[in-house]
Amino acid sequence: MFVIFLLIGISVTVAACFLGAFLWAVRSGQYDDDYTPAVRMLFENEAPGKPKTAAKKPETA
Amino acid sequence: METALQTNVQTCYHCGDTCNEQPIVAHEKVFCCDGCKAVYELLEENNLCTYYNLEQNPGITGKKPVAEARFAYLDDPGVEAQLINFKNDRICKLTFYIPQMHCSSCIWLLENLYKLNPGVSESTVNFLRKEVSLTYFHEKTNLREVVQLLARIGYEPAITLADTDGKKTQKQSRTIIYKLGIAGFCFGNVMLLAFPDYLAVTEGLQRSFGSFFGYLSILLSLPVFFYSARGFFTSALEGIRQRMINIDLPIATGLMALFCVSLYEIISGTGPGYLDSFTGLVFFMLIGKYFQQKTYDTLSFDRDYTSYFPVSVTLLKENGEEESVAVRNLQVGDRIRIRNQELIPADAILLRGTAMIDYSFVSGESEPVEKVVGEVIYAGGRQVGESVELEVVKEVSQGYLTQLWNDNVFSKNEEKSVATYANVAGKWFIIVTLLVAAGALWYWVPRDMNMAMKAFTSVLIIACPCALSLATPFVHGHTLRVFGKNKFFLKNTSVVETLAKIDTVVFDKTGTLTEPSAAEVTYTGKALTPEQERAILSLLRHSTHPLSQRISQHLKGESSEVTNYQEYAGKGLAGEVEGKFVRVGSAAYLGVPADKIKDALKTTVYVSIDGVVLGYYTFFNVYRDGLQEVLQALEGKKIAVLSGDNNHEEARLKELLGQEAELNFNQSPVQKLEYIQQLKKDNRQVLMVGDGLNDAGALKQSDAGIALTNSVTNFSPSCDAILDATAFDKLSTFLAFSKKTMRIILATFAVSLVYNVVGLSLAVQGLFTPIASAILMPISSLSVIIFATLSVKFAAKKAGL
Repeated sequence: MFVIFLLIGISVTVAACFLGAFLWAVRSGQYDDDYTPAVRMLFENEAPGKPKTAAKKPETA
Repeated sequence: METALQTNVQTCYHCGDTCNEQPIVAHEKVFCCDGCKAVYELLEENNLCTYYNLEQNPGITGKKPVAEARFAYLDDPGVEAQLINFKNDRICKLTFYIPQMHCSSCIWLLENLYKLNPGVSESTVNFLRKEVSLTYFHEKTNLREVVQLLARIGYEPAITLADTDGKKTQKQSRTIIYKLGIAGFCFGNVMLLAFPDYLAVTEGLQRSFGSFFGYLSILLSLPVFFYSARGFFTSALEGIRQRMINIDLPIATGLMALFCVSLYEIISGTGPGYLDSFTGLVFFMLIGKYFQQKTYDTLSFDRDYTSYFPVSVTLLKENGEEESVAVRNLQVGDRIRIRNQELIPADAILLRGTAMIDYSFVSGESEPVEKVVGEVIYAGGRQVGESVELEVVKEVSQGYLTQLWNDNVFSKNEEKSVATYANVAGKWFIIVTLLVAAGALWYWVPRDMNMAMKAFTSVLIIACPCALSLATPFVHGHTLRVFGKNKFFLKNTSVVETLAKIDTVVFDKTGTLTEPSAAEVTYTGKALTPEQERAILSLLRHSTHPLSQRISQHLKGESSEVTNYQEYAGKGLAGEVEGKFVRVGSAAYLGVPADKIKDALKTTVYVSIDGVVLGYYTFFNVYRDGLQEVLQALEGKKIAVLSGDNNHEEARLKELLGQEAELNFNQSPVQKLEYIQQLKKDNRQVLMVGDGLNDAGALKQSDAGIALTNSVTNFSPSCDAILDATAFDKLSTFLAFSKKTMRIILATFAVSLVYNVVGLSLAVQGLFTPIASAILMPISSLSVIIFATLSVKFAAKKAGL
């Protein structure tokens, strides 16, 4: 049963790593804006050069 | 009808406005104005048309072209230094506030700025704060070019006097997130270590590892005690220093008892302690705090005049040259030029030109005021019409309007309202807890000393009113969100409680009760034939005077040619239309004898054709939709109106507001403030609803100040809440709903009380065990959160919000 000291030591260390990652993420400002990144990732990377043709014609109301 | 609409009304490809006059067709697309077309061409040239694919008609109308000379002040190194956050020998970094930002297209375009100006290396948008952080190479471009580019594509950054004040907007506080993260980590691990205690089968495990688990738990709960829970202790201590009991005092007592008993038990080897409950409680309560803190920090609630005033103004030098200088550096005796739609930054004397000053935002006068050469113009007004020259007579901070901010209402720190529900409940809570604990002690001491200590400490532990402290933030937090969805934005959660207590409602008139953009025009006098009406309209179309424009909007129709057009500044217009000699203007201009002038207080415009005075136009305020319903629903509360305008609308207001309402006209900003002070002296809970800078003092002085605005990102004076004008008709519903949420809080208190009674009855019998606390604690916290959330949602649905 002595292995339990080792196991608990490992589990706490792993958890501490995650805590560290979390603190780093907060520090680097990832929690400051929780909206824009979600929109930004939907923008397509455009092929350089030719512009894409308009997807939709504007509707005349 | 459908087809008619389709052929006649076209919307601009860029901004989506309807093109009512001659639409501009270019590149197979329709534009409402040259400004929009220019932006489109600029974007097309740079392959940025994705802008139009992400959202439909995302652009910002280019109808109001910006004079780029206006940005000359940005070349000034002093101004630049104040705006820039970081500068080294290659790059500059700065953040702009761009209120026009509204959709994902905006984000996309602003983040692709580098394609339009290669000098920009990076731009990152924070959409919720409506900010863009820019990095540019100052060798390739400069601040002015960047701002001009932004202005050209419709995203002119709002640079106001406040930005150059030196006080940078502070970063969002991340402390609560850190605290929450650490508490969560410790809670999880302590829970894991405490698990063997809950189960009988692991008793062997417990015997051999108990002390190791115990000491590890202590180690893990130290950061929670000293860092995460710190706020509760300091707040309780502050309360004691001010000789009052707040909700944090019983919490701090409970936490302290829990932690100390656990330490004692573990170190003395008498038991496993309650550290899992301790860390868990702190974690749950921090969630409540976090929830309460997440408010609308993107909206500015604390603006003063400096965020309304521009940064720069055109200075006229002695040799006639124009120079752009910072408003802050204006000195008495400087000559300045103010163009159409620009603000007067300091009290000044008019030297040249006709000033039509729109004071509606500042003083509440509904119509622009005419000023002639030699008159003093107070700061804050907006010039409408031609450009004028002025001489500054007072420095910016000493002006008629800006002096309002020297009143000590503005220097006072906002005191927290002490008598909140939670604090009152907390006071009773601690009294009852201490009584019960003393009772347990009194009962057990003669019988069993050990049991006595155990019962005493468990009472303190279980009575920790964590559920109580969770109820308020969650109920208020959800209420805040319900209001936000309905375009009513509160500064923080405690405003909900203030709103619930309101018994007096004070309104500003212009812009609050009335629709600022509309005025009803009525004609009194001899009936006009259609030809005469057309002649008047034709003449008025030539004038940029706001009153002329209001009447011509009212008349509508075709206009014909005008010859010999003359405009006499401050008096009126004259011209020949279809052979008729038409004159429009003030009574004095048309020679109407003073004793025949009717409705002297109202704004009137007289008309004469071929020398015969036919009649006059009068302007009435248009009251907001739903005003009647709002006022009816406010029944039982005292209602008052403070207006900076004259009393020509008194009769109509009386009719609307009822006979008991107090109406005060010609109120200066300071008088408004004093009126509120007087009401508060009479122990009234005052709600002030206003919109202008002149209400700023009253808004600040009142218990709750609501600023009404047509666009929430526009300037609004410092206040406790911002209400979008479109939601004005819901004002009384909001007030009623805040009252209802207070009842929900009481109900939530009752729920948490049940748990406490159960817990206490276990505790006084000395039956309180770690397993009982491990079960009772999360259940009570979670059920309170769920109860609060659901009941607010249900109440909101019922109230139609």
